[in-house]
Amino acid sequence: MGLDVPLPERPLPEAPLLEVDGVTLQYKTPHHLITATYRVDFSVLPGDRFVLLGPSGCGKSTLLKAVGGYMAPTEGEIRLKGRPVTGPGPDRMMVFQEFDQLLPWKTVKQNVVFALEASGRLSGREAEARAMHYIDKVNLTKFCDSYPHMLSGGMKQRVAIARGMAMEPDILLMDEPFAALDALTRRRMQDELLTLWEETRFTVLFVTHSIPEAIKIGSRILLLSPHPGEVKAELNSAGSSEEAMRLESRIQQMLFAEEIREAENV
Amino acid sequence: MPRPAMTPAPLHRPEIVREPVAGQGRTVVEKPLSTFELLYNQGWLRKLLILTVLALIWEAYGRYLDNDLLFPTFTATVAAFARGVADGTLPARAWGSIKVLLVGYGLGVALATLLTGLAIASRIGTDFLETMTSMLNPLPAIALLPLALIWFGLGNGSLVFVLVHSVTWAIALNTHSGFLSVSRTLKMVGQNYGLSGPALIRKILIPAAFPSILTGLKVGWAFAWRTLIAAELVFGVSSGSGGLGWFIFENKNMLDIPNVFAGLLTVILIGLVVENLIFQTIEQRTIKRWGMQA
Repeated sequence: MGLDVPLPERPLPEAPLLEVDGVTLQYKTPHHLITATYRVDFSVLPGDRFVLLGPSGCGKSTLLKAVGGYMAPTEGEIRLKGRPVTGPGPDRMMVFQEFDQLLPWKTVKQNVVFALEASGRLSGREAEARAMHYIDKVNLTKFCDSYPHMLSGGMKQRVAIARGMAMEPDILLMDEPFAALDALTRRRMQDELLTLWEETRFTVLFVTHSIPEAIKIGSRILLLSPHPGEVKAELNSAGSSEEAMRLESRIQQMLFAEEIREAENV
Repeated sequence: MPRPAMTPAPLHRPEIVREPVAGQGRTVVEKPLSTFELLYNQGWLRKLLILTVLALIWEAYGRYLDNDLLFPTFTATVAAFARGVADGTLPARAWGSIKVLLVGYGLGVALATLLTGLAIASRIGTDFLETMTSMLNPLPAIALLPLALIWFGLGNGSLVFVLVHSVTWAIALNTHSGFLSVSRTLKMVGQNYGLSGPALIRKILIPAAFPSILTGLKVGWAFAWRTLIAAELVFGVSSGSGGLGWFIFENKNMLDIPNVFAGLLTVILIGLVVENLIFQTIEQRTIKRWGMQA
């Protein structure tokens, strides 16, 4: 009762920071036109830890690239703070999976400073102070004058995260940043990322194919089905560990039930 | 059904936990190497040793032959070299060669930059560069000399022409392949900073392709130096004083063989200095330091 009274239109408590509105993404290989995602909708609120989860081939990385502005949707629109995304820019900082995302000819500090200066955010001493602040946050102060090739994989990813955060973007886009790390380092990095989030409450859009990682990192999880990527569900993440277990098996079922059914029909 | 014989279950064994043993001196943790090993680890010292042995063999053979016209001894060559340096002929000739070389090298680099730029900017530019390189790279620069003589006459113009030909393709080829091999991630990172066009090329692509660019410059230098000396041997007289190649040729005509050897030694020395001092220093300061080359 009471809901049948038409409510006057009022803004949501928080306007979405990022809106992905019916986005279809296609790209061409030499022989085929591939539809990576088909009419995907979701919106990310400020402070969200929004995870795109799905098996390989569900277009989650392509979707992230589109949000990054590296490819244009064939249908639909991506809006950041209400403005359509047209190209890459420092308001959406990417953290890639690859370790070679740091400029090898610059030290850790120079890498972060260069990002700030090249994008015109800050310069000179201010840039340096900001860079050191975030390098300190990821516990790499001791290594600020090292070149990337002297660092371990986990340290490189921490520099990339520090660089992304130092730019203070509207949203941080992370494309399976921990996928190439060993299991122990990965778990530590996940914890560190959550600690960083507790401190600064940045907004992050995180792509992963690992269900436990999605549950651990995310506050909200978008499930995508493969070939082409379509939204299957948008779930809230779990609080307690039992909830997490239940959520994990639920996601497991949603993602793979279909495959099992298909396999049985063969 | 007969089953393969199964290995019996492993015996139950007690667990082993070792307490760390306090106390030093159980084994050597760190110890300086012996003086000989330290010296032997120095690359320049090993090379110096090789050079000394070679010089000794040279000297011994020269004395055994005892014929300055065929094979002057090491000491005679060094003496001729010292004389040449002292009276200023060798440095003057070397400078004559280097001047021409720098002009040709500079023009070659500029042309290679232009071609690579075109190749990056458009697909037809890429095709153009690839076709030109595959056609002209195998063509020895010296083979163009007769043509150059007709076009540019007996002057530095001809030398510069063959130099440019020998330098351009090597540099363009390497630089272009360097740009192609820049990882997509790095390009995306640059774009993420809001860089595009010339700024992206200058701040991301050139440093990222620097190892290949440096290789191109090195190969180009080596080609240019060989080509120049060879071309000068043929017609170095034109440039007034002539360069090192001409110095070698002249002294051969006068049967002053120690001077010929001194000229060759100068050619080698300049090559070594550029290779080992200039290029290696650049390498140490850049790509080695950045870990872009082991």
